[in-house]
Amino acid sequence: MPRSDMMIEKGLTLVDAINEALAQEMEHDQRVILLGEDVGLNGGVFRVTDGLQKRFGVDRVVDTPLAESGIMGTAIGLAMAGMRPIPEIQFEGFLGPAYDQLTNHAARYRTRSRGAITIPLTVRVPVGGGIHAPELHSDSPEAIYAHTPGLKVVMPSTPYDAKGLLIASIRDPDPVIFFEPKRVYRSFREHIPEEEYTIPIGQAKVVSEGTDLTVVTWGASVFECLAALDRMPEDVSVELIDLRTIYPFDADAVVESVRKTGRCVVVHEAPKTAGMGAEISSIIQEHCFLHLKSPVQRVAGFDTVMPYYKLELDYLPDATRIAESIQQTLAY
Amino acid sequence: MPLKTVYKAQIENLQVLDENGVFDEKLAPEGKPERLADDQALEAYKFMIVCRHLDEVAFKLQRSGRMGTYPQNKGQEAAALGVALAARKGEDFFCPCYRENAALWWHGLPMHYILLHWMGDERGNQIPEGVRMTPLSIPIGTQMLHATGIAWAYKIRKEPRVAITFFGDGATSEGDFHEAMNFASTLQVPCVFICQNNHWAISVPREIQMNSETVAQKAIAYGMPTIQVDGNDLFAVYKAAREAIERARAGGGPSFIEAVTYRLGDHTTADDARRYRDPNEVEAWIGKDPMIRLRKYLSARGLWDDARQAEHEEKAKVIVSEVVKTAEGIEKPTTDDIFDHTFAGPLPVELERQKATMRTSSLGQEPEQAGLSGEARRM
Ligand SMILES: Cc1ncc(C[n+]2csc(CCOP(=O)(O)OP(=O)(O)O)c2C)c(N)n1
Ligand SMILES: [Mg+2]
Repeated sequence: MPRSDMMIEKGLTLVDAINEALAQEMEHDQRVILLGEDVGLNGGVFRVTDGLQKRFGVDRVVDTPLAESGIMGTAIGLAMAGMRPIPEIQFEGFLGPAYDQLTNHAARYRTRSRGAITIPLTVRVPVGGGIHAPELHSDSPEAIYAHTPGLKVVMPSTPYDAKGLLIASIRDPDPVIFFEPKRVYRSFREHIPEEEYTIPIGQAKVVSEGTDLTVVTWGASVFECLAALDRMPEDVSVELIDLRTIYPFDADAVVESVRKTGRCVVVHEAPKTAGMGAEISSIIQEHCFLHLKSPVQRVAGFDTVMPYYKLELDYLPDATRIAESIQQTLAY
Repeated sequence: MPLKTVYKAQIENLQVLDENGVFDEKLAPEGKPERLADDQALEAYKFMIVCRHLDEVAFKLQRSGRMGTYPQNKGQEAAALGVALAARKGEDFFCPCYRENAALWWHGLPMHYILLHWMGDERGNQIPEGVRMTPLSIPIGTQMLHATGIAWAYKIRKEPRVAITFFGDGATSEGDFHEAMNFASTLQVPCVFICQNNHWAISVPREIQMNSETVAQKAIAYGMPTIQVDGNDLFAVYKAAREAIERARAGGGPSFIEAVTYRLGDHTTADDARRYRDPNEVEAWIGKDPMIRLRKYLSARGLWDDARQAEHEEKAKVIVSEVVKTAEGIEKPTTDDIFDHTFAGPLPVELERQKATMRTSSLGQEPEQAGLSGEARRM
């Protein structure tokens, strides 16, 4: 499928990049099929699978009944039988019915069959807040799945990373939950290679190098952090790490950076308590204790139900909260 | 040994008032309780005018950026209102999804609550005392279990009440739907299941959603009385709902009603149905609009005319503009609102800190650790 003029000229959005990755994997691997609610004729409610049913047919891009447990459970069966299914759950808030299949089967099959049965599937899930959406369309449940042994959890924040990580996820021999931050879906374009490439799962990216403090984040929060960095005085040098994979996360990259800077702020949209920030802080104190100049800070969502959109911007960590936390940590 | 037939089933379809306004007097004889009396039908029609107008205005509010995503109810008013008329106000209980606003309003939900909900404000879910319903339900196919549980409580306490739940055709694919049907029927609770089969679940047509010819037949598997009705026929919906509700109240257990209707609008304002729907299909269903036939019926009985139509359309505009004014006049809640309803009683210490400081960062919560402004004190 040739790229549109817009893509050639201005680059690809996150949506374009995922669509291209799906198409390319489907092109060269007949085992890959897509299934989910509205993914076919409608091309998904975010148009991520737009045009794919037309191109690959109704047998490979399948509009399923409205049943997340059904989608996940049959994807597990397809995977067992040698297919490479890519189920879509329409929003992270609707993972609920799929939870049993995902955690009690997909995540455990390799272990419980001692490797005899494996589940190579990639479940795509739009995630996160900030798009003015109704209830259960704005949550950030990544820690729940990071806390599920046997699942890999990926969350890219850029079109380049999305394409490379999605292809790596599809080719991965184990189940991957691929979270797509919906606030970034169309927020910017980026020129990325047209040919296929992979980015290893479990590898963080240093977005900007620095020496005074490390910020660790992922997903849409990357851009709030960048905005916070813009507000820093000239003489403050912050290193920004985009984790990209939530599990298994790149502890080496975090540790190496914090040993250099001695200070760290972790930022995520999900609630603070038992969020991934807790795990990252813990890894830091285990490995960087003697290098630390200040406690590790967390800037996160509150330990509350995600509010409806009138209050969502008060809930989500924004550049102001992040910048203040950075300054407090520096001043400690 | 010859094969024996051990079970036979059939599904009946009920239509009383057809799309041309022709009324089957045998099915609902004048004066009988299963027939809506003239004054009821008249009130229902006037109410529909208001509901339809509010629905159109809500759509425009979204388009002009004054409201978030909104799912239009247009075309499904008879299915909602027929059930609402058959239920007892202040006694029976509703567990809706989001396409039966008319039923909720009829049973006392202030109209602006629905707007508030879609304006991103939880106070639209804070059902007033005495109004018997749960708020709109966003996770599809889940609320039928709640209705079953509520009905179960009525049965345990021997209260002559009925729980009524609404859901779509798509919702019947979810596991929870089947669990609710099985619980309700094995426990024989006073619950009425209303499926608004509007032919679509976002872009997925009924034929892809299920391989069964009707939705109604799904209830047969659970041993539940079931019927398919013309959901755009207020009289058919009323008659079937009344029978089901009164059977439940009398201890006869749950029932299922498939109300065949059509989603005249997009799935929500975030959707564009032209991508997947044949415009001819929509066109055909516009002719079956529940309001057109009801108006014909009332006109034929000398209860309605163009002047009254114009008068009530004007009245609807006034009512709706008040509703919009009320909804838009409600200020954004304070940030305390994010926290205060998490638990009964005092908040856990960490949550109280987060509320007091609007921070999750531990340094920000400990003013003695970093030179913090006075307002962000530790609690
Ligand atoms: C559990 C769950 N999965 C997916 C969605 C997204 N979604 C919202 S409405 C809808 C279709 C519902 O179709 P139907 O039950 O027929 O009701 P209708 O919208 O037609 O009234 C879907 C898939 C959801 N809200 N909840
Ligand atoms: Mg439907």
